[in-house]
Amino acid sequence: MKNRLLWPLLALVALLLLNLVVTPSFFSLRMQDGHLYGSLVDVLKNGAPTLLIALGMTLVIATRGIDLSVGAVAAIAGAVTCVHIGTSGDAGTAIAGMAIALVLCAVLGLWNGFLVAGLGIQPIIATLVLMTAGRGVAMLVTEGQIVTVNNTAYKQVGAGFVVLPTSILISLLVLALVAFVTRKTALGMLIEAVGVNPEASRLAGVRARTIIWTVYVFAAVCAGIAGLMISSNVSAADANNAGLWIEMDAILAVVIGGTSLAGGRYSLTGTLLGALIIQTLTTTVYTIGVAPEVTLVFKAVVVIAVCLVQAPKARAALSFRKVAVSS
Amino acid sequence: MTESPPPVVEMRGISLAFPGVKALQDVDFRLFPGEVHALMGENGAGKSTLIKTLTGVHRPDGGQVVLGGDEVAFTSPGEAQHAGISTVYQEVNLCANLTVAENILLGREPRRFGGIDFPAMRKRAKEVLARIGVHIDPASSLGEHPIAVQQLVAIARAIAIDCRVLVLDEPTSSLDAGEVAELFRIMRVLRDEGVAILFVSHFLDQVYEISDRMTVLRNGALVGEHLTADVDRRTLIAQMIGRDLGALEAIEDAAEKRHPDGPVLVHASGLGRRGAIDPFDLEIRAGEVVGLAGLLGSGRTELARLLFGADRADSGRLLVDGAPLRLRGPRSAIAAGIAFSSEDRKGEGLVADLSIRDNLVLAMQAARGWTRPLPRRTKDQLVEKYLKALDIRPANPDALVRTLSGGNQQKVLLARWLVTEPRLLILDEPTRGIDIGAKAQIQQLVTTLAAEGTAVLFISAELEEVVRISDRIVVLRDRRKIAELDGSTTGVDEVVELIAGGAAPEKVVS
Repeated sequence: MKNRLLWPLLALVALLLLNLVVTPSFFSLRMQDGHLYGSLVDVLKNGAPTLLIALGMTLVIATRGIDLSVGAVAAIAGAVTCVHIGTSGDAGTAIAGMAIALVLCAVLGLWNGFLVAGLGIQPIIATLVLMTAGRGVAMLVTEGQIVTVNNTAYKQVGAGFVVLPTSILISLLVLALVAFVTRKTALGMLIEAVGVNPEASRLAGVRARTIIWTVYVFAAVCAGIAGLMISSNVSAADANNAGLWIEMDAILAVVIGGTSLAGGRYSLTGTLLGALIIQTLTTTVYTIGVAPEVTLVFKAVVVIAVCLVQAPKARAALSFRKVAVSS
Repeated sequence: MTESPPPVVEMRGISLAFPGVKALQDVDFRLFPGEVHALMGENGAGKSTLIKTLTGVHRPDGGQVVLGGDEVAFTSPGEAQHAGISTVYQEVNLCANLTVAENILLGREPRRFGGIDFPAMRKRAKEVLARIGVHIDPASSLGEHPIAVQQLVAIARAIAIDCRVLVLDEPTSSLDAGEVAELFRIMRVLRDEGVAILFVSHFLDQVYEISDRMTVLRNGALVGEHLTADVDRRTLIAQMIGRDLGALEAIEDAAEKRHPDGPVLVHASGLGRRGAIDPFDLEIRAGEVVGLAGLLGSGRTELARLLFGADRADSGRLLVDGAPLRLRGPRSAIAAGIAFSSEDRKGEGLVADLSIRDNLVLAMQAARGWTRPLPRRTKDQLVEKYLKALDIRPANPDALVRTLSGGNQQKVLLARWLVTEPRLLILDEPTRGIDIGAKAQIQQLVTTLAAEGTAVLFISAELEEVVRISDRIVVLRDRRKIAELDGSTTGVDEVVELIAGGAAPEKVVS
């Protein structure tokens, strides 16, 4: 377990050190008006939506599934809330809007769960439906416009501060909640059992369908909250671009964190590290001034490197070389 | 047998340690051309490890492997195969979606113009199959054929290359008597061609029928090498387990003393499922051991799955305690106190990547639902109790189940159901592929459970075992229940006659 998280951790530290070398002030934090500012805080804040979605994704992947629709669901959440708020500046309207959005997200999660657990469609196809259709739904809700709002209560979710940015706190809260629920109840074990061997779990009396259904609903709700953060941060709902490709970042975060796409054993801490690595990487690209046209290539190289050091085969090759050198 | 030809394989002083375990200690092993050599030992004795050392899966820490006079050190199974050592594993490791010919020649397809020469491939496959007397269409897809034929295809694949040594690791565990005979015929053909065959099986009858020589291992160490004709069974078993057969004999006595007259627990009337098993009637009483006898594919497992709700019945009904019970799935059966330990331990039984602890409590936890976790202390108590009661090794609750030997995995699966204190325990092939010591322990457990009032439905391909521990024997043939016999007065021969069918009139004794 410890060993499994060592490499992602080292990768994160290496990235942070790289930033420190390039930008000596990278680690400095300052308080201003009771708010904490600094590059590290920015990394956490910008990574908050990815982390949230990656948490949901971790549990989905642990059941041998995958959820491609999270980006679209995030866009829908933002769209529904902003349209509901409209021109209102009222806190109550904002809260009602967010509540409606999250309930709707839960329903979308039920839909995914129905396709996967109810009809037995392969998860990648089942959630592809909502991935493409979901953007359309968001467009319908916003009537193709970028809906801007001016509501201080709504702004709190993505751009507010309670010493730290609210979005960081929300993400960490959800992380703590998931960790608590999966550890303190039997959910974690049953999810792993279903992921490792669905048929054996069924014959042992595990309600595999309910479990699978639950994780898709949870993933959709996480995506919804992330969508609220993204939309709140800019006080606008952009049906086309909100949460675009975030499902890929989330899946990457889960994989970097050491959870296998084949299902089974998962690690929430690993996912946290994975999400942080991805966000730090994005920040690094800017701080070290990688030319925009090679940004994606740079990211790809780092991701491949991280995945490689985790792969048993690559590690065996590395340690073999080490032995050869020492002897 | 004179020892004129030099051994084709000679392993000297092989040692191999895994983290925390000495898997092999200074083991010597010889294999001569043109012999069938049985490797004997309990689970965990080191048979598989020795084989894997020979076939290049593991590299020994010490000792040397000599093949045909030259010392070799294989670093991969591919190298070993190249040197003429072919292996057929217990589970068929082929691709069901490919054709028979593709499977036989996978990775060494005849080529032409940079592509695969399919006609040549089919022709070559046909030749190889003909060599072992199997006549199936090489262009048919492998998945269409029964497991037994797939096993023969695996052997064809093994001998398609010029093979000097053929390793058969429990090839018979999923074959019925006729199929085993066919396999043995093929083994004799290959032996007479000069191939050295290394054979692993838990069935002593088969070992005595086919093997010329045997090597016995215990706890990773060599116990002895004998000509098969020189050792009797009692000696062999004593060497394998280091104790005598008293345990097994005690079980038989216990079974004879029991006369279950408890209330009827489960009553199936006309229960059936099209394509799986014809409608059957069956009564099981509390404290009774009912054995299911029949060939592979006779509907044994199918019958059990209906009783457990793993498959849905499309006719008939099931009464539990006299009240009708509609099984919508395993959960309703579990709620009614029915437990089912599947014959397919890996596929349908255990969750290999979870710990012993998690596997033990899985069924009970599932019944409680995820919101009501078992308290840690209860869990630990249960785990400790069953680790000790069933003598599960290693007795480390955190060990992953896939690292355990077959016998210990079976015990974990059994323990999972014992934890739920079932009233009817269905055991499908609980003793398949496990060593004689573990077998005796499991049989002992069945009799103890029955004495305590649990009903047991016992399924096994080994008729002797069924006859020995059952109070009543239900005989199946061609997916039909054909007879019910009194276990205390019935002998194996009678059951065999019924299963063989045709000649004997259908008689029902109950």
